[in-house]
Amino acid sequence: MADTKEMKKVLFGPVLDNNPIALQVLGICSALAITTKLETALVMALALTSVTAFSNLFISLIRNQIPSSVRIIIQMTIIASLVIVVDQILKAYSYEISKQLSVFVGLIITNCIVMGRAEAYAMKSPPLMSFLDGIGNGLGYSFILVCIGTIKELFGFGTILGFEILPLVQNGGWYQGNGLLILPFSSFFLIGGMVWLIRTFRPEQVEPKE
Amino acid sequence: MSAKKESFGKTVGVVVAVCLVCSIVVSSAAVGLRSLQQTNAELDKKTNILTAAGLFEAGMSNSQIEEAYENNIAPRFVNLQSGEFVDAPSKDYDMYKAAKNPEMSTKLEGSNVGFQRVPDVASVYLVSDKQGNITRLILPVHGSGLWDLMYGFLALDADGQTVKELIYYQQKETPGLGGEVQNPAWQEKWDGKKLYENGEVAIHVKKNADPANPHTVDALSGATLTSNGVENTIRFWTGEQGFGPFLKKQAWRS
Repeated sequence: MADTKEMKKVLFGPVLDNNPIALQVLGICSALAITTKLETALVMALALTSVTAFSNLFISLIRNQIPSSVRIIIQMTIIASLVIVVDQILKAYSYEISKQLSVFVGLIITNCIVMGRAEAYAMKSPPLMSFLDGIGNGLGYSFILVCIGTIKELFGFGTILGFEILPLVQNGGWYQGNGLLILPFSSFFLIGGMVWLIRTFRPEQVEPKE
Repeated sequence: MSAKKESFGKTVGVVVAVCLVCSIVVSSAAVGLRSLQQTNAELDKKTNILTAAGLFEAGMSNSQIEEAYENNIAPRFVNLQSGEFVDAPSKDYDMYKAAKNPEMSTKLEGSNVGFQRVPDVASVYLVSDKQGNITRLILPVHGSGLWDLMYGFLALDADGQTVKELIYYQQKETPGLGGEVQNPAWQEKWDGKKLYENGEVAIHVKKNADPANPHTVDALSGATLTSNGVENTIRFWTGEQGFGPFLKKQAWRS
């Protein structure tokens, strides 16, 4: 059984030291698309974290039974089923947000983080550690999404979670919303900025010059 | 171990077992949550109709929504060709299902709205005040945006000409761009626009539209194709093949 130190490393390592978005550069697509508002970013982060954690758990449970010739298909089947279940739950309990996220919940299936962790970690590790690894990587993804969502919503719309922080000119305030930040591709700049910031504090993440 | 793991029978067995378990999980989630999802969807539709009617207030409870809907909204059915009111063709009539049935719909030629058939009988919702006077008409409209069909309600003044609201309730446009069709700030731009000029459909959605012009609405920035979809949708549904005859006849006045 793994000791607590190892568990901590698996759980919190992906937040800064081995971030799936900033270091491994996975899962960029959804990080671009749904971070315009913090609320959708939070729900997306929660959905992805639960899918990654449970797909890791189930794949790890049957990892010794999965024939390697069909392992990718089996991983996809499990991930796709979990995503559909999450989508159905959102529709039943959080109808408004599920409408805003529209296709992006379904697209968790193609998110490289889920697949990547299943293939790289869950296929070789015991269930509990795989589950923690899934949560850890979900947290890493959530960390970036929440940061970007906050910046984009605050400076794009002048609000955080819908509450007005900087009153917009259109509503009689003084703040002129930044139109660039409302567009999905502005996340490229913000993710780039975060990668730079993280690597400034963790210089060991910088790739050696070729 | 690894030799046994790769045998043909084992591979098939594992695949079948995984598929079976996954399909049971997915279908039980879908069936178990269906009634809750339908209640949500029904309530959401009533909320949207009330919003289009201008009667929705933030923070209304579910029962208040039901009550306001019962008191003020009358669902009616219109024959699109004749523009006359008709009885409901069947209990639980759904115009979107009828559009798929060749006996209850008409084929469109050169459709630019993303669907090929239009139902013969469509729903409308009449909004009346306490005295029973009709104050607004709510017409269901749908048409293609950039990614998929967008469904909404167009609320008109009782003159059948002045737009009050355009509320989209189901769309799959890009969040933050085309998804802004649901932004109240953009919906407000429709208030007071006139649909017709000399009996012809005159409404347009275009860039940098003059707010003073009663026939143009400012397009969404960064979402030209969605804006074009909205224009096509509104022009179709207020035109001859849509609610045009109904709006000309003004059957709700008699």
